[in-house]
Amino acid sequence: MPTKPTKPTKPTKPTKPTKPAIPAKPAIPAKQPAKKPATKPSAAGSSASGDRVAVRKTYKLYIGGAFPRSESGRSYPVTDRSGAILAHAAQASRKDLRDAVVAARKAFDAWSGATAYNRGQVLYRIAEMLEGRRDQFVAEIQAAEGGTEDAARQQVDAAVDRWVWYAGWADKYAQVVGGSNPVAGPYFNFSLPEPSGVIGVIAPQQSSLLGFVSVVAPALTTGNTVVVIASQDRPLPAVSLSEALATSDLPGGVLNLLTGSVAELAPWLASHRDVNAIDLTGVEPAARIALAQSAADTVKRVFAPLGFDSDAEPGTARLSAFIETKTVWHPIGV
Amino acid sequence: MPTFEYAPAPESRDTARLKPSYGIFVDGKFVDGHGAAVKTINPASEEPLAEIAEASAEDVDIAVKAARRAYDRTWSRMPGAERAKYLFRIARAIQERGRELAVLESLDNGKPIKESRDVDIPLAAAHFFYYAGWADKLSYAGFGPDPQPIGVAGQVIPWNFPLLMAAWKIAPALATGNTVVLKPAETTPLTAITLADIIADCDLPPGVVNILPGGPSVGQAIVDHPGVDKIAFTGSTGVGKMIQKSVATSGKRVSLELGGKAANIIYDDAPIDQAVEGIVNGIFFNQGHVCCAGSRLLVQESVYDDVIAALHDRLATLRLGDPLDKNTDIGAINSAAQLARIQELAASGDAEGATRWSPECPLPNKGFWFPPTIFTGVSQANRIAREEIFGPVLSVLSFRTPQEAVDKANNTPYGLSAGVWTEKGSLILWTANRLRAGVVWANTFNRFDPASPFGGYKESGFGREGGRHGLESYLAY
Repeated sequence: MPTKPTKPTKPTKPTKPTKPAIPAKPAIPAKQPAKKPATKPSAAGSSASGDRVAVRKTYKLYIGGAFPRSESGRSYPVTDRSGAILAHAAQASRKDLRDAVVAARKAFDAWSGATAYNRGQVLYRIAEMLEGRRDQFVAEIQAAEGGTEDAARQQVDAAVDRWVWYAGWADKYAQVVGGSNPVAGPYFNFSLPEPSGVIGVIAPQQSSLLGFVSVVAPALTTGNTVVVIASQDRPLPAVSLSEALATSDLPGGVLNLLTGSVAELAPWLASHRDVNAIDLTGVEPAARIALAQSAADTVKRVFAPLGFDSDAEPGTARLSAFIETKTVWHPIGV
Repeated sequence: MPTFEYAPAPESRDTARLKPSYGIFVDGKFVDGHGAAVKTINPASEEPLAEIAEASAEDVDIAVKAARRAYDRTWSRMPGAERAKYLFRIARAIQERGRELAVLESLDNGKPIKESRDVDIPLAAAHFFYYAGWADKLSYAGFGPDPQPIGVAGQVIPWNFPLLMAAWKIAPALATGNTVVLKPAETTPLTAITLADIIADCDLPPGVVNILPGGPSVGQAIVDHPGVDKIAFTGSTGVGKMIQKSVATSGKRVSLELGGKAANIIYDDAPIDQAVEGIVNGIFFNQGHVCCAGSRLLVQESVYDDVIAALHDRLATLRLGDPLDKNTDIGAINSAAQLARIQELAASGDAEGATRWSPECPLPNKGFWFPPTIFTGVSQANRIAREEIFGPVLSVLSFRTPQEAVDKANNTPYGLSAGVWTEKGSLILWTANRLRAGVVWANTFNRFDPASPFGGYKESGFGREGGRHGLESYLAY
C-alpha cells in the first residue's frame, strides 16, 4: 500500500482511524528523517571503541512462531528521541494482521487446552529467558525512550518480575473466581473461567517493554492467544522480546507481534470476525470510539482502561477482562 | 399408544385481577405515559387484555432524573443491610401474590400455567431473595474491599420470561446500590407493572425503581440518555449489537445477554428415555421462546433412529392449547410477528431440503399457534441450523465422533448454552471443556437458579447474571 509523507520529520502519533474501506491515513512517513544516526543501539552489538563493525539486526514481525518481514515489503524508520535512526521496522499490512489472527486461532486450542500448571511454567520460562538479556533491553529501552540507564534498568526488572507475577497466577486464578454454586436442587453446578479466545491488543505507546508485557502477559495467562500491535514509535524492545519468546517454549502463534501504524492496523483488528476481544490501552481516547463501534458488529469484549500506569501493582483487572465464565450442571442421583 | 383424555382444568383468569388499563411507574407513582395507548392482547385468543399508556422519550428523561435523585439522596447511601430488607420484602411479596402473577403472565405471554406457576414466578422471587442477601456482604464478594455502585442502570428486557427477566435485572442492581429504569417488552408489560405495584407496596423510596412499558423508541431513549450509567439488555443479537455500538460513544458500562443456537449432543451411550425428556424440555419449554433453547439436536449416528423414534412417540403426547389449563404442555406463540418469523424460518427448512415432521396436533382457531416441529436431514448450512428460530422447532443433525460433535456444536457465532447426554463421566467433562458456551447442561437441560451464573460466549453477549458473578456488572471496583 503506498504511503504519502505527511510531516517531513517524525512519525506522527496514532491518528483517529479512518473507516476500513478507505485507505488508512498514512501515519508513517515513507521519507526517512534527514538527520543521520548519532548513535547505534548497543544491543545490536556495536563496540564503542574497537574496529569491529557491528552486526545490525533486522527488526521483523513475529507471526505463528516465525519472523517474517511484512508481506507488503514496507518498513518504516524508528528513531530515538533525538530523531536519529535506530532501525527500519517492518510496517505490517492488513494481510499480515489477518495472517496473525489465523496463527492465533490455530494456536488457541492447544494453548487454552494446556494445563494451567504448564502455562505457568512457560510464562516463568519467559522470565528466565529475559533475565539473562537484561542488559540488551536496558540499552534498547534507553535508545527507544531516552531517560537514564537506571530508569531503563528499573523497567526491565519490573518487566521480568511481571512475567513471574502472572506465571504464578496461571494455576490460581480459576480457584479465585470459580467454584461450585449452591443451586436449589439435586444438581452439582460449578463455574470456571475460560479464555475469551483471540485477543487483539494495542500496546501502550510510551512504555516500550514493561507496558507491552503488562498488557500481553495477563491475556496469555488465562489461555488466550494474542495479536498485538507494538508501540508505533518505540517498537524495537517488543520485537526483541518476541525473539526471547521464540526460545521460551511459548508455542508459535500464541503471541503474534505486529509493528507499524496503529491507525492503519487497529480498525482491521477491531472489525475482524475471528477476534473475540480487543484491548485499546494503547489507543488515544479520541480514536477509541470508532474502534469500539466497529467491535460491536461482532459483540467483541472491549477493554479500554482510562489510564495506564505500568508501575502500579497489576491486580486482577486484566485477567478478568478476557475470560468467559462457563457454568456446568449435572444431576445428582443414584 | 393409548390416548389419555384429560378434562379441561383451567386456572381462573379472575386470579390475575386484571385492570382495564395500566400506566407507567415513575418516581414512586403510577401515571399515564406520554406515548401511545396500546392494547396488550392474549396471544392465545387475540382478545385485548388491557390498555397500556406507554412511556415516551420525555417520560424516560423524567424517570432517569428520578432515578438519579434516588441514587444520590437515598439508595446509594443506605446501609447494605437496609437495602437487603427491602429486597427480602419484594421476594416475599412476589411469593404472596405468586398465583396472581402466574395467571397474569400466562394471559399476557401465552406460556403454559404450569411453567409460569412452577418456574417463572418462583425463580423471580428466589432471585430477589438471593441478591437481597448480598447487599450487605459486597466487600466479601471478591471485587475489592469497597466496591461501589455505578449509578443509574437502564435495563431493557424481552417478552419470553417477562417477570423473571425483570427480577434478573432489578435484583442485582438494587442489591449493589444502583437505581433502575426498566423497560419491559411491548407485548408483555403486565407482570412488570404488577411488580411495580409490589415495589410500591414494599415502600421502596420513590425513584429507586422506574418501570416504563413501551416500544423500541423507549428502549433507544434509555440507551441514549446521558444520565444513564449502565445498560443491561436481554434480547436479540441484532439489537444487542446496535446497543453496543450506541454506548461506544458514551462510555456507559454495558452487559448483553443475546441470542443462541444451542447444540444438544446425544452420545450413543446416553439413557435414551431421559435424553428424550431433556430434548423435549430443551426445545419445547416455553414454546421454544428461550435464548438458551436446545434448538440443534446432534445425535450420534448409531442411536439416531432410536432417538428419532422415541422423540416422535414423546411429541405425540404433548398437549397444545389453553395456556391457563394445568395440563397444557405447549402454549401460544407470543405474537403474530413472532409466529410469522417462525413460519418463515420453518418454510426455509422445507425449501432447503430438510424433512419436516409434527405430531397430529389440532391448533385452536384463534390466537397464535405453532405445532411442535422436528426437522431431520438438516445440513449445517441450512438457515434452520444457523439462525435463532425462537420457536418450537428442532433441527436434527448427526455425528460419528465426539470431536465431530464438538466441532459442529461450536460452528456458530453464538455461544450461550449447550447440552451433553452420556453415561460416561469423562466424556461429559471432555465435551464440556470444549464447548464454547456459557452454560453446559450435562444429562439435564434448561435448569436455572439464582446462584448459577448465566450468560454467553462470542456473539451471545457478555457479562453474567446470577450468582456472585452477577454482581460484577453493577459494581465499580
